[in-house]
Amino acid sequence: MDLDKLSRRTVLKSAAATGLVTALGARAAHAQAPLVVGAIYVGPRDDFGYNQAHALGIAELKKVRGVKVVEEENVPETIAVQKTMESMIQLDGAKLIVATSFGYFDPHMLAMATKFPQVEFRHAVGLWDEKKHPKNAGSYFGYLDQAHYVNGVAAGLVTKTKKIGFIAAKPIPSLLRNINAVLVGARKNAPDATVTVIFTGDWSLPVREAEATNALIDAGCDVITCHVDSPKVVVQTAERRGAMVLGHNASQASLAPRGFVTGAEYKWETIYQGFAGNLAKGEKLPNWVRGGYDLDYVRNTAYGAAASEPARRAADAAIAEMKAGKPIFVGPFKDNKGTVVGTKTYDNYAPELEGMNYLIEGVVGSTS
Amino acid sequence: MSDIATLATVLFAMIGGAIRVSTPFLFVSLGECVTEKAGRINLGLEGTLVLGAMAAYMVAYETGDPWLGVLAAGCAGLILGVMHATLCSLPRVNDVAIGIALMSFGTGLAFFFGKPYIQPQAPRLPSVELGGWIGNAQLAEALTINPLFFIGVALAFFLRWAFDNTRYGLLLRMAGDSVAASRAMGVSVDGVRLAATAAGGFLSGIGGAFLSLYYPGSWNEALSSGQGLMAVALVIFARWDPQRCFYAAMLFGAAGALGPALQSVGIVKGYYFFNAAPYILTLLIMIGAGRDGKAARAMPSELGVQR
Repeated sequence: MDLDKLSRRTVLKSAAATGLVTALGARAAHAQAPLVVGAIYVGPRDDFGYNQAHALGIAELKKVRGVKVVEEENVPETIAVQKTMESMIQLDGAKLIVATSFGYFDPHMLAMATKFPQVEFRHAVGLWDEKKHPKNAGSYFGYLDQAHYVNGVAAGLVTKTKKIGFIAAKPIPSLLRNINAVLVGARKNAPDATVTVIFTGDWSLPVREAEATNALIDAGCDVITCHVDSPKVVVQTAERRGAMVLGHNASQASLAPRGFVTGAEYKWETIYQGFAGNLAKGEKLPNWVRGGYDLDYVRNTAYGAAASEPARRAADAAIAEMKAGKPIFVGPFKDNKGTVVGTKTYDNYAPELEGMNYLIEGVVGSTS
Repeated sequence: MSDIATLATVLFAMIGGAIRVSTPFLFVSLGECVTEKAGRINLGLEGTLVLGAMAAYMVAYETGDPWLGVLAAGCAGLILGVMHATLCSLPRVNDVAIGIALMSFGTGLAFFFGKPYIQPQAPRLPSVELGGWIGNAQLAEALTINPLFFIGVALAFFLRWAFDNTRYGLLLRMAGDSVAASRAMGVSVDGVRLAATAAGGFLSGIGGAFLSLYYPGSWNEALSSGQGLMAVALVIFARWDPQRCFYAAMLFGAAGALGPALQSVGIVKGYYFFNAAPYILTLLIMIGAGRDGKAARAMPSELGVQR
C-alpha cells in the first residue's frame, strides 16, 4: 500500500524539486543556523505507547534554545527510512538523526551513516557494535525493566488473586526482561504471586490484545499489564472489566481512572537533551548510552486510584533502591522449566541481561 | 485449577470470542455476499472497514452519540461502494484491480483524517447483558452483547430469505448469474450492481464502526489488521449464502479466541500454531469444500467475467 507512505516529507520533496519552496528555504537559512535534529518514528506519535514516549522526549528537546526538530512518523522499516533520513539531512540540514525503531538500524541507518560521515546517527535499541559499525553511529536505550520492577512491587500489594496478567507481543530479550522484572517485584511482598503471559505474536494487534486481556481476566488475573506498541486497547479493556492496570511505555493513567496503579515509562528527554548539550558544546556524542533510574532514563507514572497506601510506600522504596543501583535479578535463579539460568547476581548493567531469553520461575508462559 | 474449570474457561472464552470478534466479519462478509451475488467482486472492503471505523470514531467523538457514528460509518462505506460501482461500470475496467485501488484509497483516507482521533476517547456503543442471572462472571461477560451483533444475525437470515423469495432478490441473483437474461428482462445490470455494491459498502462500514466503537473500541491505524480481507475470503467459504456467512463468522471468532484462552490457563506450548487457528481452519474447510464442487456450483456465474 504505497499510498500510505505519501507523507508530508514526500510532498515537500517533490515541491522542492519544482522550485516551489526554494525561496522559503533560502530565507530560513539566512536567519540563523539552529542545530537541527531529525526524529523518526515507526508508528503514530500519539499512540499512548512507544512512539508517544519518544515524541514526548523530543517535545522537551524542542524547548531547548537553538535546537530545531524535524519529525516524521509512520516511517516503515524499509528503504523509506533511508529516504527520510536523506531528506532530513539534505533539505533540513539535520546534524543528528535519532532513529527510534529496531528495524531502522541494519542496513538503513548504517548505509546513511557511511554516506554522511559528518552527521551523527543514534538508534534506540542496542545493535551498534564498536568493532563493526561507523563511529558516527551509536545506540541508546533506557532500562525499562527497572520501572517494571517497581510496577511489580506495587502489584504484589494490590492483587487479591495473586495473579498478574501480562500481554506481550513477541518473546525478545528486552520484553522477557520486563516480564521477569514484574514477577521479581511482585514476589517481594507476595511470595506466591504468579505472572501469566499471553504472547499475541506482533507489536500491534488490537483485537487479539483485547481478547488476551479478557482471557487473562477470565482466568483470574486481577492486575493487567502489557508490552505491546500501544497499550491503549489493553488498558481500556481491563478498565471496563474492573481489573487493575499497570502501564507501559507512556502514561495511560487517563484511560483507567478507576483501575490504574502505576506504569513503567521511558524518560527519553534526559537522553535527547544530553545529546543536544553535547552538540551545542561541540563535543563528540557518546556512542553507547544506557541507564535506568540511576541516570533518570526511566520513571513510573504517578500513582492512580487503585494504588493503595502500602503499595505506594513500597513502590517509592523500590524506586529509591533502583536509583541506588540495587540489582533486580538476584542469583541463583531458575527459569520456569526448572533449569538454573542465573548462577550469580546480575548487576543491572550486566550484558548477560540484554540477552535474556527465558522466563523465570513463577511466570506462566513459554518463549516458543 | 481443576481440569473442568480449565475447560470451562477455554470454552467460555471461545463463546465470548465468537460473539465479540465475529461481528465485523459478519457485516463485511454479508456486504461482500450481496455484492458478489450481483456479479461483482469488491476487494476494497478492507479499506471500507478501516474508513468506516475512523468515520464512526470521529463522528461519535464530535457529536457524543455513538449511533450517529454507526450511521456515518455506513455512509462512508456507501460512498466508497458507489465509487467502486461507478468505476467498474465503465467499459473494460477490472473490478479486482479497482477493488485493490479503493482498498488503498480507503485506508489512506482513514489514516489521513484519523490522525487527530487516535488520542481522544469516543463514547462506546451500549451493550445488552444477557448473562447476569447465571451468577458466573465469565459467562456473564461472554454474554454481554452489542446490539449490532443481533442486527447482523437477523440480517443474515433476512438476506437468505430475501434472495430466494423476493423480486429484488431474484433481480440481484439474475444480474450475477446471467447478464443476458437480465437484459432480456429489461433490467439495468449496472443499476442492480450499483445498488448491491453500495449496500455492501454500507454494511462493511458498519462492521468498521463495531471495531472502533465497541470491540476493541478504539481507533488506531492497526485496528483492522486484515479482517476485511479475511471476511471477503469467508464469502467463498460460505458459498455465497448469508446464513452460512453467519456460521463462518462465528467459527472465525471462536478460533481466534482459542490462542489467548489456552495461554491464559497455562497451556503455553505452540501458541503461534493456535494463534494461526482461524487460518488453518479456513484452509482445511476450503480444501474440503472445494473437493465436492459445491462451491463452484454456488458461485454466481458472472463473477470475474470481464467485458
